Amino acid sequence: MIKPKIALYWCAGCGGCEESVIDLGEDLLKFAQSVEIIFWPAAMDARHSDIEGLPDGAILASFINGAIQQEDHVSMARLLRKKSRYVFANGACAHIGGVIGLANLHRPEDALQRAFIDAETVLNPSGTIPGSGLFSACPLPRHLNRVKTLNQIIDVDYYIPGCPPPSELVKHAFYNLLENSLPPKGSILSENRALCHSCPRQATLPQRLSVRRFKRIHEIPWDPIQCFLDQGIICLGPATRGGCLSRCISANMPCRGCMGPLDGVRDQGATAVSFIASLIDEADPEKIAAIVSEIADPAGLIYRYCLAASLIKPQNIKS
Amino acid sequence: MAQRILIDPITRIEGHGKIEITLDAHQKVSDARFQVPEFRGFEKFCEGRAAEEMPTLTQKICGVCPTAHHIASTKALDALFRTDPPPAAKKLRELVHHAFMFEDHLLHVFYLGGPDWLLGPDVPASERNIIGLAQRLGKSFTASMMSARNSAREIIARIAGSALYPVFGLPGGVSKSLSPEDRIFALSASDDMVAFAGLTLELFEIRLRKSAALAEMMTSPVYFQPSYYLSMVDDAGRLSFYDGRIRIMDPAGAIHSTFEAGDFSRHLIERVEPWTYMKTLWLQAPGQCLFSEDAPCGLYRVGPLARLNVAESISTPLAQAGYERMVHYFGKKPVHHTMAYHWARLIEVLYAAERTAELANNPMILDSEIRRLPAPLTAARSGTGACEAPRGTLFHAYQADTRAIISKLNLVVATQHNAAAICRSVFQAASQLIPDGRVSERTTRRIEMAYRAYDPCLACATH
Repeated sequence: MIKPKIALYWCAGCGGCEESVIDLGEDLLKFAQSVEIIFWPAAMDARHSDIEGLPDGAILASFINGAIQQEDHVSMARLLRKKSRYVFANGACAHIGGVIGLANLHRPEDALQRAFIDAETVLNPSGTIPGSGLFSACPLPRHLNRVKTLNQIIDVDYYIPGCPPPSELVKHAFYNLLENSLPPKGSILSENRALCHSCPRQATLPQRLSVRRFKRIHEIPWDPIQCFLDQGIICLGPATRGGCLSRCISANMPCRGCMGPLDGVRDQGATAVSFIASLIDEADPEKIAAIVSEIADPAGLIYRYCLAASLIKPQNIKS
Repeated sequence: MAQRILIDPITRIEGHGKIEITLDAHQKVSDARFQVPEFRGFEKFCEGRAAEEMPTLTQKICGVCPTAHHIASTKALDALFRTDPPPAAKKLRELVHHAFMFEDHLLHVFYLGGPDWLLGPDVPASERNIIGLAQRLGKSFTASMMSARNSAREIIARIAGSALYPVFGLPGGVSKSLSPEDRIFALSASDDMVAFAGLTLELFEIRLRKSAALAEMMTSPVYFQPSYYLSMVDDAGRLSFYDGRIRIMDPAGAIHSTFEAGDFSRHLIERVEPWTYMKTLWLQAPGQCLFSEDAPCGLYRVGPLARLNVAESISTPLAQAGYERMVHYFGKKPVHHTMAYHWARLIEVLYAAERTAELANNPMILDSEIRRLPAPLTAARSGTGACEAPRGTLFHAYQADTRAIISKLNLVVATQHNAAAICRSVFQAASQLIPDGRVSERTTRRIEMAYRAYDPCLACATH
């Protein structure tokens, strides 16, 4: 019997999505009996040429994680798209850009300058920047002018959200694929309800939430049972899809939005801004401005995972 | 005409990499480059972010060793805010860190590097991985391995929220105290971890006695690299993963220097190459760079082998006994054989398991005082945090303004310390294994073993 072929690949990521697959443990070994894992550089020996030589559509599904930040990510994503019947965007970076999307707050050349010229421990009198100049052997892939999500580059069939994607969601995606029971194309493979619905603190949510001062997590102790928002601590639960098993809440920490928006929401950060604004219990514009100014680094907080997918145009892109 | 050999991508490794080998007109290796073609820019896009968010943001550098970044980052915030966590908070961080060291090392042993010594490089590519290994080791051993690793990860998840991305670190403490139920779980899980770690070390030692190929590989000149060694040690000069001073040993085994983690930038220097995004690190004596193209002067290594070379002893009995057997096998310290990284890693797995059990057994860990609130910053400040990550010493250095917004951060990450040695090891293996220009798949697999012993994390190395 010919087993269906599966590929797993990473672009600009951290390896956490790969670890989520490894965390399947014995389920992974069972899955591996039903399929041929033809390409998985993190865990198996194979070369790029093994993929290039396949006929188009020969791979049943490619699971691609990581954001699209460099030229080589674009070419590999396109190659895997061509060779695969289904493409799954695995994890927050492929889905909505993830924290790598925060790189859009700066120009790529500024990031290179910081790491290779200005960092306190660097000794680089010639001002060498990797990949620039006339060095011809071992060429390095260049950075795109902005970080993109996978679906800004190729057609994506399914999305597994989360940073990391919970292993249970990855497992369900694998089994749905093998049992041919996948939902409609474009589906995000987790529950379509805000995190608050499954939050262990849901019962403590007051009738009306109101905030007169936002507090930062290093500034105050907080009640480990009470809703974070009710204590003035920003928690992105209302703007974030559930299905993460409330991992952060269970460790007594607020949500930072890694599971992305609910179906039909174009910009998760805009939804968050809207609900945060609705919490402010004040009418005087000056006082409102003072309350809002208490939120440290709103871009990095509210768009922690979703900047690359947002409607906000990066600074370095001219219209 | 020069001939080029490409190994792309390199595999069973965290992150992206490739090797390009150049042969000259006489078919001799004239160059071998270990290239890391990825760079994300954390040191730039973390600027302007809120300091207290650093432990959950910087850990996204690596999904394989996130806990190490989380711990180093949280310690950097302790230093930045000048706050000392209560004893129970330190113990909880340590508990999580040691459970993490255990499971992360096992990832390398069974999924990444282990197939090189457990199966050998000559089994077919389709079996040279966890799936082939599971068949060789049998269902029962594989199930024990996965269960031991899952137990360690469950300890982390129960205390810190997620095994993959812990979130409990705060300046001056942690977000959650340990419940009695979770402590009972940690006690029982750590017993299993100690038992499995002992079994795995024994598996290695038996294989070393029985397999001439493994014994030959262990001391082969192909994988021999004299260097300095750098590691954190505790006050008694013992192996320490969470806290301590930084010690450097010279290639002959003498202590070269000892310093506080916060002074790392006075002792280490980063150099930039045009053909890779991975910076290389070198030792510098105050005011003088020891880098030299010709001699191993200034070339140093970190990680399991470096730690066991630098440490005088290990505080837990079973790991200490394993360490003595390793030193006895090689006859002296420092051990410069790169393949001994695999052995040292297994001794550390045992230490991490024993230390996890020790911490879980300490009644103080249940104390409910787990946070000291820091005072607001009154001036721009800096703070450095360090710990031993699975692959070596990790430094996070932050500067923040009075609003506790990060103005600069400098991250010196484990694999980066080994970058120069990895490049050199790959060149050396290529030179010795390709004497006459003939390159087979068999050869490239052995060249790949030269970097894999270090367990490099290339996502970390460039961040």
